[in-house]
Amino acid sequence: MSGFFGSSSSSAPPPEMASRKQAFIDSYRQEMALTNAQELMNKCNEKCFAKCVTKPGSSLSSSEQSCLSNCLQRYMEAFNIVSRTYVARVQKERLSDTTS
Amino acid sequence: MADQFDEATRQPHRDAQKELANFVQTEQAQAHLTSQIHMLTSMCWDKCITSSPSTRFARGEESCLANCVERFLDTSLHMVKQIQEERDRSQLSR
Repeated sequence: MSGFFGSSSSSAPPPEMASRKQAFIDSYRQEMALTNAQELMNKCNEKCFAKCVTKPGSSLSSSEQSCLSNCLQRYMEAFNIVSRTYVARVQKERLSDTTS
Repeated sequence: MADQFDEATRQPHRDAQKELANFVQTEQAQAHLTSQIHMLTSMCWDKCITSSPSTRFARGEESCLANCVERFLDTSLHMVKQIQEERDRSQLSR
């Protein structure tokens, strides 16, 4: 994007500005990824505790532990299925919006 | 001449503002999408996963998850259409 008065050297951002901008974008994206992972972990914890630990004893039994690891895998898989389906649907709606 | 100088110094500032606004908009849309996916996963998990978790999904659970997402979005569209129809009807009768 050049300035209104042609591409004078003053309108081009200095290189250290560009790298600072990139650093900001990177750290923002990283923080969002962390928030996303935390949300997923919290949900897994809640859902799998409800499913696997129906009668809390004095410690986690081995069957509860294997249920928990299976449940964790399944919840992640469910997240991916939902994500794929949702994104595909949103793209389809957007496509039919632009053609009609 | 003074105007031209002013314009030349202000333009980069405006470009930066526009760029930031674009960034915020895209990231907000992305954040909304992610939170919708979390909400749907949670809701559809409760609806579809009835068996005790094993090394793979039970029969029908996978397709139930995908159907759950599609039907939720259908429901949302249906509600909007319904409301619009009611509004149109009440405007006609006035």
